[in-house]
Amino acid sequence: MYTKVILVKDTDLKREDKTREFYTHLLDYLRGSNLHAQIQVVRVADIGVYDEGLVLKILPDKIVYCNVQDSDIKRIVDSTLDQGKVIGDLVFKPKAKQHRIVLRNCGKINPESIEEYIACGGYLGLKKVLGELGQQKLIEEIKISGIRGRGGAGYPTWMKWNFAREVESAEKFVICNADEGDPGAYMDRSVLEGDPHSVIEGLIIAAFAIGASKGYFYIRAEYPLAVERINKALKQAYDYGLLGQNILGSSFNLNLEIRLGAGAFVCGEETALISSIEGKRGTPHPRPPYPSVKGLWGKPTVINNVETLANIPAIVSNGGKWFAQIGTLTSKGTKVFAVTGKVKNSGLVEIAMGATLREIVMDICGGTLSGKPIKAVQTGGPSGGVIPEALLDTPVDYENLQKLGSIMGSGGMIVMDEDDCMVDIPKFYLGFCVEESCGKCAPCRIGGFQMLVYLNKISEGKGKLEDLEQMRRLAQAMQKASLCGLGQTASNPVVSTLRYFETEYNEHILNKHCPAAKCNSLVTYTIMGDKCKRCGLCVTNCPVQAISGDKEKGYLIAPEKCVKCGRCVDVCKFKAISKK
Amino acid sequence: MEHKKLNPELVELVQKWKGKEGNLIMILHEIQNHHGYVPRELSLELSKMLDVPLARIYEVITFYNFFKLVPPGKHRIALCMGTACYLRGAAVILEEIKNILGIAEGQTTKDGLFYLDVVRCLGCCGLAPVIMIDDKVYGKVKKNEVADILSKYIKEE
Repeated sequence: MYTKVILVKDTDLKREDKTREFYTHLLDYLRGSNLHAQIQVVRVADIGVYDEGLVLKILPDKIVYCNVQDSDIKRIVDSTLDQGKVIGDLVFKPKAKQHRIVLRNCGKINPESIEEYIACGGYLGLKKVLGELGQQKLIEEIKISGIRGRGGAGYPTWMKWNFAREVESAEKFVICNADEGDPGAYMDRSVLEGDPHSVIEGLIIAAFAIGASKGYFYIRAEYPLAVERINKALKQAYDYGLLGQNILGSSFNLNLEIRLGAGAFVCGEETALISSIEGKRGTPHPRPPYPSVKGLWGKPTVINNVETLANIPAIVSNGGKWFAQIGTLTSKGTKVFAVTGKVKNSGLVEIAMGATLREIVMDICGGTLSGKPIKAVQTGGPSGGVIPEALLDTPVDYENLQKLGSIMGSGGMIVMDEDDCMVDIPKFYLGFCVEESCGKCAPCRIGGFQMLVYLNKISEGKGKLEDLEQMRRLAQAMQKASLCGLGQTASNPVVSTLRYFETEYNEHILNKHCPAAKCNSLVTYTIMGDKCKRCGLCVTNCPVQAISGDKEKGYLIAPEKCVKCGRCVDVCKFKAISKK
Repeated sequence: MEHKKLNPELVELVQKWKGKEGNLIMILHEIQNHHGYVPRELSLELSKMLDVPLARIYEVITFYNFFKLVPPGKHRIALCMGTACYLRGAAVILEEIKNILGIAEGQTTKDGLFYLDVVRCLGCCGLAPVIMIDDKVYGKVKKNEVADILSKYIKEE
């Protein structure tokens, strides 16, 4: 049986990959030292470290060595593997560190075992709340921690709880908002699937804080595994006396149930979510009255996001002060981001608030996939804005992102390089919001549609400069007059790209040119004579016979016939067709 | 007496949820899970059983993207159009699928084999672009792989 595993990967992209060579040398040496039966060596496709030469990861010790040379094999095997000593000069020093609170158990424990969660300190927070803290002190502790809602708006959690607690009502409700509809974000899914009990514990504590006796998990139907895990975890919690009557011997009773979403982005909004749980169309209602006062079936209701709830048990166990030490002045704790798009190492990243966007994208995620420079980073999904490369050194917190014209949002972070068009991106997001608009209020329903018409015009090269001004006016009206968050923020991608990339809009309008070669109507295909080997493959593949010529004279694309399908680029083996 | 005519499964389902407030969406979920869509006859029966107007039921079905009124094909192709997939070329993959199958999104092929659905984020953005056929996820799909992937299902017939 293997006692240790060594992962190997050459992370220097500028030279020929040395992984295989090193792997063979290492195996040879292990055989020579008679250790090959105990130590497994694995070549991996991605090791999570970039541009650090040959990287070794030794498990289960979690030792990471970088810039390793063949000559280091002897000392690594002899001292680290044989005697357990760490070699200081080889150890990888990460530039930026992740800080895991929400994801503390994900990937470490078996999510289907309540025993493993309890063994990691689970439900100790609930015990402390029921045993010593009581409602008043609990809310006080959450206030000290400074935690704000992780769903997007960043409303202080303790205030939400306190409002609902102060309202006199025979019945109160808690809801866990797990309707993660934001395209490009999946942190809630990971927590629900990887550590369901932490969310359940958070929800039980929230229920106790406001005096609710009934609660719901509102989960997207698109996440069947998350539903299954929460279902199993709820059953286990009932079996252990953590739910139901007289929880942990106290007088506190709580029942939790699952309700499924059905694919409506707007249901992430509090009042729409309530309508949906009531079995109706998910249309929002004007606020106030806020759900804390008049929510589900007219009763006081607290709705918290998955990530917020997963933080709660850790705050209660470690104390509010501990949590308040992490982060910036106004934004405490950590935030999980789902970093995707044109990035080398896409995935979930949990950092302390105040880390810069550059640290997240470059140091933790390894920069762009193509090696091309970053153009912009988009945060907050369809409600957020685009932040240009020049501002990536901004520390992440609620206020800073808002100042830049974006929002924290639920935590989607999309990296874009110069191949992405800043007219096309807002068109994509706005298209999403127009499709998802519930249609109840005019600013969102009509404003979004009209704005999309302008964007389409511009991307087809039919735009005028006045259109930009019109779009700004529409955006203002939508922000001020829409009923709910969806409409109020739907214009953010447009407004932020207009703010930082107006020249790119102008380029589309005045020169009928798309710098990123994304907007199909503005792109022209040409055959580069010097690269063309005159094989004629493009001619036979062109669906509209737009390419003419012969082997002697070479080939030409007739722009008036070309339908810009891109077939010729796909089939050309010599990269002789340019798209500009 | 009228209940005798009704679908016994539906009666059971309604019994299970009857006492609970806001049960309509959950019942529709179970119907769709079973049939793949919400058949009109069942909506009619449901309206009688729950004493909810048919218009209310249809209002809910048509509001939510998840519910379908027509039977889907044998295999459901869900193409992800989330941001990450979009940036990595989901639109090209969609064009390719449409070309090969000759259907638009939301349609079923004539032989009833495939149903093409464009969805917003399947939650595996690290694998972008992603398509999911039934329960199988295909990640980092390239344009020239689409025909291969689809032919597997065609061969099975």
